[in-house]
Amino acid sequence: MTDENHPQQNEPVNEYEREPVPEKAWKGPSSFWGMYAGEHTAGTEFMLGPLFIAWGANPIDMLLGLLCGDILAVLTWRFLTAPIATGLRLTLYYKLEKICGRRLVTLYNFANGVLFCFLAGAMVTVSATAVGVPFPGVKMPTFSDMMPTGVAWCVVVLLLGLAQTIVAVKGYSFVARVGHLSAPWMLLVFVACGLTTLPKLQSTDLSRIWTGIALNGGPSLGFWGFVFFAWLCNAAMHLGMADLSILRYARKASAGWASSAGMFLGHYIAWICASLLFALELQLHGRGASNAPGPMVYAATGWAGLACVVIAGWTTANPTIYRAGLAFQGMAPRMSRSTGTYIAGAVATFAGMFPAVAMKLLDFVGIYGTILCPVGAIIVVDYYLARRIGLTSNWAEKTGGSFNVAVLLAWILPLLPFAYLYWYHNVFPSYLTVPVWISCGILYIVFAKVFCRTPATANSIAA
Amino acid sequence: MNILARYLSLFALALTVVPAALFALGVLGDAPMKLAMLVGTVLWFAASPYWLKGGSE
Repeated sequence: MTDENHPQQNEPVNEYEREPVPEKAWKGPSSFWGMYAGEHTAGTEFMLGPLFIAWGANPIDMLLGLLCGDILAVLTWRFLTAPIATGLRLTLYYKLEKICGRRLVTLYNFANGVLFCFLAGAMVTVSATAVGVPFPGVKMPTFSDMMPTGVAWCVVVLLLGLAQTIVAVKGYSFVARVGHLSAPWMLLVFVACGLTTLPKLQSTDLSRIWTGIALNGGPSLGFWGFVFFAWLCNAAMHLGMADLSILRYARKASAGWASSAGMFLGHYIAWICASLLFALELQLHGRGASNAPGPMVYAATGWAGLACVVIAGWTTANPTIYRAGLAFQGMAPRMSRSTGTYIAGAVATFAGMFPAVAMKLLDFVGIYGTILCPVGAIIVVDYYLARRIGLTSNWAEKTGGSFNVAVLLAWILPLLPFAYLYWYHNVFPSYLTVPVWISCGILYIVFAKVFCRTPATANSIAA
Repeated sequence: MNILARYLSLFALALTVVPAALFALGVLGDAPMKLAMLVGTVLWFAASPYWLKGGSE
């Protein structure tokens, strides 16, 4: 998973949010390798690895599927996101505003903000499992726990969420700095977790570690499930073009290869190591085993591991709460950023009390990507196809429009069958991300032909 | 100071992962492994800020 660019408080630095990044600010590829490695080795990895086992991973499907999915993700970053980022050198938000107008961007921001709150909530849950370790009264959640596990759990989550929210409001930059410093160390703690777990396993036979049997007795997540999940868990970032904001600084599109550091270190090594932790728990305690990261990591690596879980959860939750706050502030311009952040923190803390969000993280990540990534298809159409097929590029900028109906319809309509298939037929969300993305692009072409006429085109048709 | 901090950081990272490898090989016990990792962690956060730039400060 990801922890995007770190916003800062009171910064005098020009972030080029409403202009193309000038050549003097371009960066070489080395700037991106470390950043991607750090962003994709985060608190979510502690939850996702165990969830693979819960979903019935078998060794071949998991090891090969993740590998293929990670390769596809890297190729998407390199050949789709990076060329547009280095061609436009604009943030996603500014480019969207040029296409669909300020009011519709606000709606996108709101959707983003709400989803960020739930992601931050899952990270508060992860951190709480570590903070609760020294307190035996705190009952750790298991896969079957969807509701709060008790008063003590709620108190830990409440205190942690409150602290994280206050830091997001007042001292965000310190946490961003800690997150940056901890990245190399954190990856090694993941590796250490895997190494220390191996000799404790009752059997190192791969088929007894990743048994291929889902804990809920349902169908297991097969090869294609892993491929699509690994490819699309960051769909909002690559297909959805959120990483335009990062890669617009790249000197060349080849900087997109840097995403391989995040994929193969964070979304391969870290996931596999995290899944080993839960494999041990299952071998020791059977189906009632808890997948709470705190106790598992503490048992494997002691206080260093516990610190890692707290820092990983905290450094993922904090920027997420901060960005959600900004999104809410964008909805109500009279609201201060602090108020927006407090609201986001309160929602995240409340969500964090419910382990359901963290336990359903595989689903949530798929839903998150599928809801947000369609706007990337609109940018692809606008960037590569608009002039060739007679659409008005940057429609809102050229016409002064503030709400592009074509974008709204193209974004929302494919999500309706997605919601139906997910809720009523339990289709794994990551399977639907690409169809939704492609549908959105096609529908945008159709609706833009109908709704997005510039005054000049309208006049020529009338004549 | 900067050079010393770099070497200490490298040593700290080694202390974070090498004891775990030694534990996996059966060379090191559980308690010393965890203690070494904790020392490595403290050392990393003490030394790396001197030379590792980036983040928000």
